[in-house]
Amino acid sequence: MKRLMLAACAALALSSVSAQAVTLRYANQGDLKSLDPYTLNETTTNAHLGQVYEGLTARDQNLKIVPALAESWEVLDGAKRWRFHLRKGVKFHDGTPFTADDVLFSADRVRASGSNFTTRIPEGAKFVKIDDYTVDVQLTSPNPILIAQWDTWYIMSKKWAEAHNTVAPTPASATTPSYASLHEDGTGPFMIESHQPGVKTVFKVNPNWWHKREHNIDEIIFTPIPNAATRVAALLSGEVDVIEPVPVQDIPRVNASSTARVLAGPELRTIFLGYDQSRDELLESNVKGKNPFKDIRVRHAFNIAIDKEAIKRSVMRGLSTPSALMIAPSLFTYSKDFKNPKFDPAAAKKLLADAGYPNGFEVGMDCPNDRYVNDAQICQAVVGMLARIGVKVNLNAQPKAKYFAKVLKPGGYQTSFYLLGWTPGTFDSHNVLFDLHGCRSPGSPRGETNLGGYCNKKVDELTDKILVESDAKKRDLLIKQAFEITTSEYAYVPLHQQALSWGVAKNVDLPQRADNSVMLYWAHKK
Amino acid sequence: MLAFIIRRMMQSAGVLLAVTLIAFVMFRFVGDPVNQMVGIDTPQAEVAKIRESLGLNDPVIVQYGRFVWKALHFEFGISYQFRQPVTKLLAERMPATLELAFTAAGFALVVGILMGVYSALRRDSVVAKVFEAVSLVGVSLPTFLIGILLIYLFAVILGWLPSNGRGQVVRIGSWWTTGFLTSSGLRSLILPAITLGLFQMTLIMRLVRAEMLEVLRTDYIKFARARGLTARAINFGHALKNTLIPVITIAGLQLGSIIAFAIITETVFNWPGMGILFLQAVQNVDIPIMAAYLVMIGLIFVVINLVVDLLYGLVDPRLRMTMRR
Repeated sequence: MKRLMLAACAALALSSVSAQAVTLRYANQGDLKSLDPYTLNETTTNAHLGQVYEGLTARDQNLKIVPALAESWEVLDGAKRWRFHLRKGVKFHDGTPFTADDVLFSADRVRASGSNFTTRIPEGAKFVKIDDYTVDVQLTSPNPILIAQWDTWYIMSKKWAEAHNTVAPTPASATTPSYASLHEDGTGPFMIESHQPGVKTVFKVNPNWWHKREHNIDEIIFTPIPNAATRVAALLSGEVDVIEPVPVQDIPRVNASSTARVLAGPELRTIFLGYDQSRDELLESNVKGKNPFKDIRVRHAFNIAIDKEAIKRSVMRGLSTPSALMIAPSLFTYSKDFKNPKFDPAAAKKLLADAGYPNGFEVGMDCPNDRYVNDAQICQAVVGMLARIGVKVNLNAQPKAKYFAKVLKPGGYQTSFYLLGWTPGTFDSHNVLFDLHGCRSPGSPRGETNLGGYCNKKVDELTDKILVESDAKKRDLLIKQAFEITTSEYAYVPLHQQALSWGVAKNVDLPQRADNSVMLYWAHKK
Repeated sequence: MLAFIIRRMMQSAGVLLAVTLIAFVMFRFVGDPVNQMVGIDTPQAEVAKIRESLGLNDPVIVQYGRFVWKALHFEFGISYQFRQPVTKLLAERMPATLELAFTAAGFALVVGILMGVYSALRRDSVVAKVFEAVSLVGVSLPTFLIGILLIYLFAVILGWLPSNGRGQVVRIGSWWTTGFLTSSGLRSLILPAITLGLFQMTLIMRLVRAEMLEVLRTDYIKFARARGLTARAINFGHALKNTLIPVITIAGLQLGSIIAFAIITETVFNWPGMGILFLQAVQNVDIPIMAAYLVMIGLIFVVINLVVDLLYGLVDPRLRMTMRR
């Protein structure tokens, strides 16, 4: 009897302990495929690994750059040399202290062949160890936005990597899983206790984190739930605490429930339409011998024939921010100065007639159907709107695997008219101007994602100036100048910024970052 | 007999080869795997390097030959998504799928036979009419809809059962994991097993009912009645036994489709089995997983058919004669 009582007491004590440990259950549509922080440069993966690893810098809840493993830094020689003062007393999860050697090691590893993050560090940059806690970065040309993407360049332990024979980054094409793709050794707030790709990953709190703890979570259980209905049901039944994303059509239901609510806000990704302006004859059109999109009047007509407000209302159910620019307004100081052209189908029809297409023309359109929020529906709406000005659009909505293979560079930019979304990785306009507006030329990364082949040498010149200009105010004016040219030439049809939608249980507080990174080290569960 | 078996096995090998070839040709149209493996702003030079290292630039026939050669050694390569051996991934997921499939099959068999017998014996009762209606629902509603309806009723509204996952699992031996030994594992199994087994259940129920009605009209049942045997002995000893032969055949053949069609149920319930792995592989153009899965399902079907054929021989002497020919 006594023994039974004792056992009961022990059981009670045990259960009360586990009741105190706070477990947060999180489900995402995507999976955490590799734990190697240099394998896949993608928001969700970077956010997951951001609970475990840390960069020299970090971004706070408002995306402002803040110190992390580097306590402070100085910009020297007109942004040609940067000096980083490293934080002392930081330990990796295996107990090894963090020093300058780890930074140098990570800089080599992130630039090595097979890394998906080689662009984190400009070509030719030299990392020099001054002492154990000071590192200099010597650049070949000034770069004021050197650290813009360093919050997701995670620092790895040199000793650990060498001990486990994982010095080289795990490439996307790796044929054997490396140690680093299945294990971690970061400095961050959580440690990975178990990881079964595609099924479940368990994070445990790191009791030795250098930072003051801003969360009350002891354990995170992450499950990928690709099926949207199942994900929402799991949130509503209280089996998970946080889901991302909530499909637009389910938002009212989640908000009406007693267990959860939707956190919504404008995302940084801009959804836009582009057209082939480089070929002399379109690949998919009934216009032969010339390319209608080379005529600025046609591009102008497209810009005013598409009713962005209507797309917001009927396709996005109110959850989008119509955009006049190719970058999210929060990322560019002067975005207020750019206004959406007025929706005017009659004027568009007249412009087409002036350009020599009084009866419009036919054009093929490529559109992904599983990449962005309601992507195929947006394209269908566009088809209808353009039909009103006489342009017959033959829509080809396809899975992203096929879509990207067709329209991107390896596929030979095989598209005449397309829908795409873009978030500048640096959260800066230079990326947008360089990748989406730069003149394409063989052998250069400039304009690689400029699928329509827009080209203006003046914009390129400005883009190069923007890269090296270190005076913030002057830089913003240069950016404004560049955007004025691109918008007046109707390089694209910017549509909107789609909305973030996270489902969060009512007893959980979680700040929402506009880049759609779910950072659970800010979560509070009551 | 031996010649028959050898002939059947060679035919099976031919079927498997055809399955892989068709699958391989289809993969050409799924899309480009490399785009799914790297971020969109990856330099194109790097993308080209990855394509080359995966052997994607070789002609299809070379890729196919390489695949068949490796498959003969039970080697299916490395998953593009997870960068782990496909054989290991499938082995990890197999217990989940098999446990679900067998539970669903068991549920379908037991409940289906009971309902079938009942509705044959009490043809005009209200309960039999209800069973009829339920079977109509089971046959006509698609699996994903049934699954979602069950989730909303039992997980979201009533909160009795978990909506997704496998619950707590226990490891047995080196690689098998089971959910049978924990209460959360068993509770997690209920909804997906019902969803997966519902169609088979209604099929079996209708089959048993029809067969039973047929048998009950035969002379030997009438004679049994005339001899004064108890209703219980007649119904279960004679009538049911004679209806079971076609039921067992159907149930056996359906086992293959239960395993194969677990894809949808697994997706709806986020059941960590092979089916959901396959579906994710399709979305991410993970060709090694798709190929291995299709070969495996092909193999399961071929083996089941082979076993059923051989069993027929054992059961029915007339067929044994034709086999000898």
